[in-house]
Amino acid sequence: MCTVCGCGTSVVEDKDKAQKRNAQAHDHAGYGRHHHHLHDHGHDHDHDHRHDHGGASHGDDSIDYGAGLAGVHAPGLSQERIVKIERDILSKNDAYARENRHRLAANGNFALNFVSSPGSGKTSLLVRAIEDLRARRKVVVIEGDQQTSNDAERIRATGARALQINTGKGCHLDAHMVGHAIDTLAPERNALLFIENVGNLVCPSAFDLGEAHKVVVLSVTEGEDKPLKYPDMFAAADLMLLNKADLLPHLDFDVGACIAAALTINPDLQTLVVSARSGEGMQAFYAWIEARAARMAVAE
Amino acid sequence: MHEMSLMEALVDLAEEEARKADARRVAVLRVAVGALSHVDPHALRFCFEAVVRGSMCEGATLDLADIPGAGWCLDCGKEVALTERFGACPECGRHRVQMTRGDDFRLIELEVA
Repeated sequence: MCTVCGCGTSVVEDKDKAQKRNAQAHDHAGYGRHHHHLHDHGHDHDHDHRHDHGGASHGDDSIDYGAGLAGVHAPGLSQERIVKIERDILSKNDAYARENRHRLAANGNFALNFVSSPGSGKTSLLVRAIEDLRARRKVVVIEGDQQTSNDAERIRATGARALQINTGKGCHLDAHMVGHAIDTLAPERNALLFIENVGNLVCPSAFDLGEAHKVVVLSVTEGEDKPLKYPDMFAAADLMLLNKADLLPHLDFDVGACIAAALTINPDLQTLVVSARSGEGMQAFYAWIEARAARMAVAE
Repeated sequence: MHEMSLMEALVDLAEEEARKADARRVAVLRVAVGALSHVDPHALRFCFEAVVRGSMCEGATLDLADIPGAGWCLDCGKEVALTERFGACPECGRHRVQMTRGDDFRLIELEVA
C-alpha cells in the first residue's frame, strides 16, 4: 500500500527466475501537494485518484468469497434503497489468508510470520536459523520491504531460496501479496516457510497472511516497555523472541520487566531470550518450531 | 494506522455489494467502528473523499456508528466497560479482561440508488 494515497502497489520479484511483476501500476496525479498543506485552510484540495489495474490486480483475478448476506431490498423505496451488508472490512484479506493457510497446510509447509520494528535483527535471525536447520529442514523465505532486495540477497547467500516483495510505500504485507509470492516460490513439500514482514510494529498486526504463527522479535537495544506501547502486535503473536541477548551485559535492559509487560498484553505469549549472533537460546527456538510444526502435521 | 488502505477495502466492498444489488451509485455507507478497533475514525473521514473519487461511492455520506468497548473481567466475573484495547478493568484495576465488544470494523449497510 502507498501511504500517500493508500494504493496497493507491490512488486513481486524473484531474482532466480528473473521475473518481475507489477502487481498494480498506479499513478498519483496531483498527489505531491497534499503533504504540504497547513491545517488552517479549507480542505478543498484536489485528490485525483486513478488506478490503472494491470496484471495481477485485485479486480478480475480476485477470489470472491463474497458469501455474505444477499442484498435485502427495502420495498417501497424506489429511489434509494437500503442494502444490509454486515461484512467485516478486512474480510477480503482474511479470505486470501484462509486460502494461503489451506494451501500451505496441504503441502506440509509450516509458515511463520516474523514481525518487529526495523533493526531488531529479523534477517540475521533467519540467516542463523537457516544455517542451523539446514541438515534437518528445507527453508524457503518471503521477504517484505518497502524497497531493495538486500534482505533476500542475504538469505540467498545461505543457499536458501528467497523471494522479495517490495511494498513500495506500503507499511505491511497482505495475504494477497503473499499468495502470489507462494505461487512464484512454490515451496517444496514439508519445507518451512519464513515470512519476514515489513519492519513495523503497528500495521502488520491486523493482517493475517495465512501463517501458522506470528513471531514478534524484540531486541534488547529497544525499550522494555515496547509491548505496552505497541500492544496490538504482542497480542497477535504466539511467540516473542528477545533478540541480541549477547549485548545484555552492556545494557540496563530489564528482561523480567519486558516479559512482564508482554504478558500483561498477552498472557498466552511464549517468550525466548536469544542471540542470532552468539547462538544463545536458538536451540530452544528450533525445538519450538519442531514441536509446533509436528502439531500442525498431526492436525492435518 | 493505514486507514487509506482500509478505506480502499471498504469502498471495494461497497461497490461489490452495490453491483450485486443492481445499484448505480451509493448514497450512504453505514460503518460500525469499535472503540477498541485498529481504526481511527478521524483518519477514516480524512481519507474518505480521496478514496471515493471516481467510484460508485463518490458524493456518498460516510456514517460511522461508534461501538463502545466492553470486556469480561475474570476477577470481577462480569462484563465491564473498556475504553482502550488491553486496558485494565475499571473496577478492580487488573488486566485479566477479555475483550467482548468494540473490535468492529464492519460495513453494516448501504443506501443505494
